[in-house]
Amino acid sequence: MNGQHTIRVTVNGIRYERSAEPRLLLSDFLRQELGLTGTHVGCEHGVCGACTVLLDGSAVRSCLLFAVQADGHAVTTVEGLSSGDQLHPLQQAFHEAHALQCGFCTPGILLSLIPWLEEHPNPDETEIRAALSGNLCRCTGYANIVTAVQRFAAGAGSR
Amino acid sequence: MTSRYFGERVLRLEDTRLLTGRALFVDDVQLPGMLHVAFLRSDEAHARITSIDVTAARTRPGVIAVYTAADLGDYWRPGPLLVPPPPIQGLVFNTATQVPLAKDKVRHAGEPLAMVVAESRYVAEDALEDIQVDLEPLPAVTELEAALAEGAPLVHEQFGSNLAAQVRQTKGDYAAARATAHTIITRRFHYDRGASAAIENRAVAAQWDARAEELTIWDTTQAPIPIRNGLAPMLGLRESQVRVIAPFIGGGFGPKIMMYYPEEVLVPWAAMRLQRPVKWTEDRRENFYATTQERGQLHDAELAVAKDGTILGVRDRFLHDTGAYDPYGLTVPINSQCTLLGPYVVPNYESEFTAVFTTKPIVTPVRGAGRQHGVFVMERLLDFAARELGIDRVEIRRRNLIPRDAFPYDHEILFQDFRPLVYDSGDYQAALDKAVEVSGYARFVREEQPRLRREGKHIGLGVVSYIEGTGIGPYEGARVTIEPSGTVRLATGVGTQGQGHFTTFAQIVADVLGVTPDAVQVTTGDTREFSWGSGTFASRGAVVAGSACHAAALKVRDRILTVAAPLLGVPGDELEISGGQVRVRGATDRAIGLGELARKANPLRGAVTPGTEPGLEATAYFGPDRGNTANGVHAIFVEVDPETAAVTILRYVVVHDCGTVINPLVVEAQVQGGVAHGIGNSFYEQLSFDENGQLLNASFMDYLLPTALDVPTVEMAHLETPSPLNPLGTKGVGEAGAIPTAAAFAQAIEDALPDSGLEITEMPLSPCRLYELLVAARERRTDA
Repeated sequence: MNGQHTIRVTVNGIRYERSAEPRLLLSDFLRQELGLTGTHVGCEHGVCGACTVLLDGSAVRSCLLFAVQADGHAVTTVEGLSSGDQLHPLQQAFHEAHALQCGFCTPGILLSLIPWLEEHPNPDETEIRAALSGNLCRCTGYANIVTAVQRFAAGAGSR
Repeated sequence: MTSRYFGERVLRLEDTRLLTGRALFVDDVQLPGMLHVAFLRSDEAHARITSIDVTAARTRPGVIAVYTAADLGDYWRPGPLLVPPPPIQGLVFNTATQVPLAKDKVRHAGEPLAMVVAESRYVAEDALEDIQVDLEPLPAVTELEAALAEGAPLVHEQFGSNLAAQVRQTKGDYAAARATAHTIITRRFHYDRGASAAIENRAVAAQWDARAEELTIWDTTQAPIPIRNGLAPMLGLRESQVRVIAPFIGGGFGPKIMMYYPEEVLVPWAAMRLQRPVKWTEDRRENFYATTQERGQLHDAELAVAKDGTILGVRDRFLHDTGAYDPYGLTVPINSQCTLLGPYVVPNYESEFTAVFTTKPIVTPVRGAGRQHGVFVMERLLDFAARELGIDRVEIRRRNLIPRDAFPYDHEILFQDFRPLVYDSGDYQAALDKAVEVSGYARFVREEQPRLRREGKHIGLGVVSYIEGTGIGPYEGARVTIEPSGTVRLATGVGTQGQGHFTTFAQIVADVLGVTPDAVQVTTGDTREFSWGSGTFASRGAVVAGSACHAAALKVRDRILTVAAPLLGVPGDELEISGGQVRVRGATDRAIGLGELARKANPLRGAVTPGTEPGLEATAYFGPDRGNTANGVHAIFVEVDPETAAVTILRYVVVHDCGTVINPLVVEAQVQGGVAHGIGNSFYEQLSFDENGQLLNASFMDYLLPTALDVPTVEMAHLETPSPLNPLGTKGVGEAGAIPTAAAFAQAIEDALPDSGLEITEMPLSPCRLYELLVAARERRTDA
């Protein structure tokens, strides 16, 4: 448990080298060591999905990974989706469909959906709901999130 | 007011910060030298504390301090009673409020025993393992009736029983009405606890600035100003030395209006004592024990009806589970007592409740705040009466609705805001008619359902009405400032938990000041920005704070006209304000920008007329005479598998009336979210305590929140009956969606299985519980 390990990780295109205890969660590493607090922690047991980030392009629960497991990998967090106020098209769709209220679960939902939408560019509502079912949202009742995803998918062809 | 944005579907102004991860939540606060806290919590629900030995924990490397109740000295004291009981004759109330760390005795599992402050949360949690605690278990108090029985173990010995409160409110003469009734419907109803389950757990961070002698507290609270007002004297500080910031809050749903939680009281104290910033963030398991909960009630109710279904009276006696302490007074059970009357004429009412201490987590309002129970009891009684009298369930409701010309309608009892329960306005017939129309009730019942039944499909429809008392006092305030940049700054005291305040308040102000909503910068929940107000609760933000924003903007509008008139050389009433300018009406070239006007209103040299105030700024307050009453009708279509008891929601229709709508986008989303919460409370979410007061499902693995697969997209229709109690005509909507869901659910399930003998008198259900009820109903029929 003791001892520090060196972690070399690329997050949102920036290379970081930090040392950390092997037990440090990736979520805590991102938030506390790198100051990327857009990754939110809701349950720390892998159910709510708020802490979802991309590890080499795949959606993972950062509360279920240790930071050392990200050594040598590339991570994308919500901070890496937009450039300034220029939103990612899915973020824009969330805004236009009023798909967020308190916004706490939103970063994890965005990052769960982005790789999934790459593989499922034309999902129907049932598929969208199934894809969303791994993320908990207490505010919205999900309807507008479904709409946002539909809006994004409909617009994807024109991008 | 030339309305341009009020009532429009304005996209939210706060979204970009939230979508990009820039929005500050309390756990995001990280300061140099910050220390982290973990709490040792009781494993027992009820126990005497024999000893706590923290010696080993204190010596662990990285541990800065460990505190028990004994270490708190004079700082250890029970929290204040947050909501005193209303002035109801004969009311009994025994006050027992939560303590910062348990001393002598623990009264619910999860009650904090010791606080560890360390260099990291990891080390703090390690140190919890070092603490030696001896607890002598006492029998738990978990069942409401047993809790009141002679010889029951006592949660608070000083009261000699577990009775926390007793309240009786009556109207008319129920006994006389009962004697004339054609039919009496008598049932027992049970509602159990659920979790509020905001995805953001609670958190508190505090920093003492010794140079400035100022304490800053970041807190996941719905009530930053009262937190400041309460903590300052506790900590020996002036109010002006304490700044409480409720930044973005990741969902409130009620428990974040509970105040002076142990962690909230201890973290700032430790930051001052240790002279370092200190932070505590609740984890999900803690949230299931340490954050307040709601909904345990047991009702014995009866409805006296005439042959035609006219309500003659209702009698209800109920027990309310207040948990281990009762800091929030009687808000929840009084809401139940009042909301039972619903949109109906109930000439005679006799309602008595007993609040009961149990060895379970503390009960304070959770979205709906007791209103669910009242609606469930009344709507179920009407369903059973309709069945027994052979009257259509919509028709029995229609016959009893308060007529549209009967407002203001006085129910002759007191509401939670200490004011008479007088409904301000509404059109309940219109709402019911609309729901019948949108849901296709008549055709479904007459044609579709019989056809579906012939096809072997078990599809049921539930239609229920509800009212919600919203927008209560005392007051909120707002300050509007036009800055030299032309930006309008709006500061108000209420905190925000996702309701869209940054947008709706901006819409209100934008229309008055002739600017676009995005020119209005809204600050909420920071006591340095605005320090008068009470908080976000009882669906009151838009009503009370919104009205204050409106009043402040009107005052600034007057200032603009006063300052601009001499500059533009015409009287104020010949000026108009639009597009960020004030101009002479009809003369587009004689104008001055609001920013420039703000500069001119703040001269550096020269003389002004004595009595002149600088700048374009005003503060205003709004306090309603009493709360207003929103209403609606929910209709739900479900399919039930009679073998497995699996339930699928096919359609969900909501007709609601929250008065004048500021932003339909926001209102619809509040309703949709509320319905999701209601669906959870009806069918998935139940906090399961065993006989020892142990929570058996304290994780999101075991406590099921509805997912996107469980919540349909609600079909909505708005009605707008403006409230006469505020200048905007608005009523609250935050809790509405969650209130009647269980009642609708129960009716629909019974309707899907009409020959099963099933009668649903308890909530929440689960697929398993519904299955058990179905089997029991089947056995009853076989026996018969």
